[in-house]
Amino acid sequence: MVNYIWVGMMVIGFIVAGINGTMDKVNEAIFTSAKEAVTLSFGMISILVFWLGIMKIAEKGGLLEVLAILFRPIVKRLFPDIPKDHPAQGYILSNMAANLLGLGNAATPMGIKAMEQLKILNGGKNEASRSMITLLAINTSSITLIPTTIIAIRMSYNSQSPTDIVAPTLIATAISTVGAILIDRYYYYRSLPKGGK
Amino acid sequence: MAIVQSFSIWFIPLLIGFILLYGTYKKVPTYETFVEGGKEGFSIAINIIPFLVGMLVAISVFRASGALDYVMMAMRPLFSLFHIPAEVVPLGLMRTISGTGALGMTSDLIATHGPDSFIGRLASTIQGSTDTTFYVLTVYFGAVGIKKMKYALKVGLLADLIGFLASIAVISLLFYA
Repeated sequence: MVNYIWVGMMVIGFIVAGINGTMDKVNEAIFTSAKEAVTLSFGMISILVFWLGIMKIAEKGGLLEVLAILFRPIVKRLFPDIPKDHPAQGYILSNMAANLLGLGNAATPMGIKAMEQLKILNGGKNEASRSMITLLAINTSSITLIPTTIIAIRMSYNSQSPTDIVAPTLIATAISTVGAILIDRYYYYRSLPKGGK
Repeated sequence: MAIVQSFSIWFIPLLIGFILLYGTYKKVPTYETFVEGGKEGFSIAINIIPFLVGMLVAISVFRASGALDYVMMAMRPLFSLFHIPAEVVPLGLMRTISGTGALGMTSDLIATHGPDSFIGRLASTIQGSTDTTFYVLTVYFGAVGIKKMKYALKVGLLADLIGFLASIAVISLLFYA
């Protein structure tokens, strides 16, 4: 999918440039934007190094587990299908905690482990279970406390206050996460009469 | 608004301070751990380069040729009907398909309009408030061999739409009401 979009943007661009007579601008754009991409990546090194260093301390100190305990009541409500004290709960909590802290690298392995457990709970079928879809919905709407990458980009473009989008992002993610959970519930109950169970 | 802004300013130092003190309390070798984690940050930044080069070049070709203007012009009436700025629509679509692609578009919007402009702030919020549905779906279900996704894709995409609309509403209300 990404491949078609990528090729499409380039090829359509070249064709339109041919018709419009803007081929000189396109030539210039190719090389200036490639250079800009590299400059941008280098500008992001500072904040990525700093933030991932701090987060490693949080991880080693066991803050993930502390967050997991705090969020236990919420998880029980979100995933009513999972038996009490099942290992899937721990993985889901760690996944949510890592997402919350913007630890994408930690969140994905935890999420996959949670999925493995949920598959076992679902009798090893190759079909998505209710809890699996809920977990996905929460992950795609990603509740994030600190959008690190965005702050880094804003900094490299000399923003007056690169962090002033933290609160709006928090509100918007909260809305999209609640929305995702409600939509998930809606489709689950709608699937009931037909699918049985 | 002042409260929101000072919350944003205070939040990061407080969080860092808390993590550092908690780590010290838990006898984590804080400085060594910081350095160890920081190394990962360096490799992530380097790994992003090819994604950014690929996407930024494609976007700038599309824009410099004038093709983007035609797309915007065609879509403007539809989106102005719902008070959606046409500039961020391609970002909203890309966000569901490719995280790095969307990152490229966000950087481009911030570079063009300025980080502290309405569009710049909006793009930042959209980028931060949803995750790449297709990626999450592929990775999580792919890893454990789920072939029947049922209603998962619908839920993911609708959640993206909500995040997109919520971003527009929140930025409009907080900064420009």
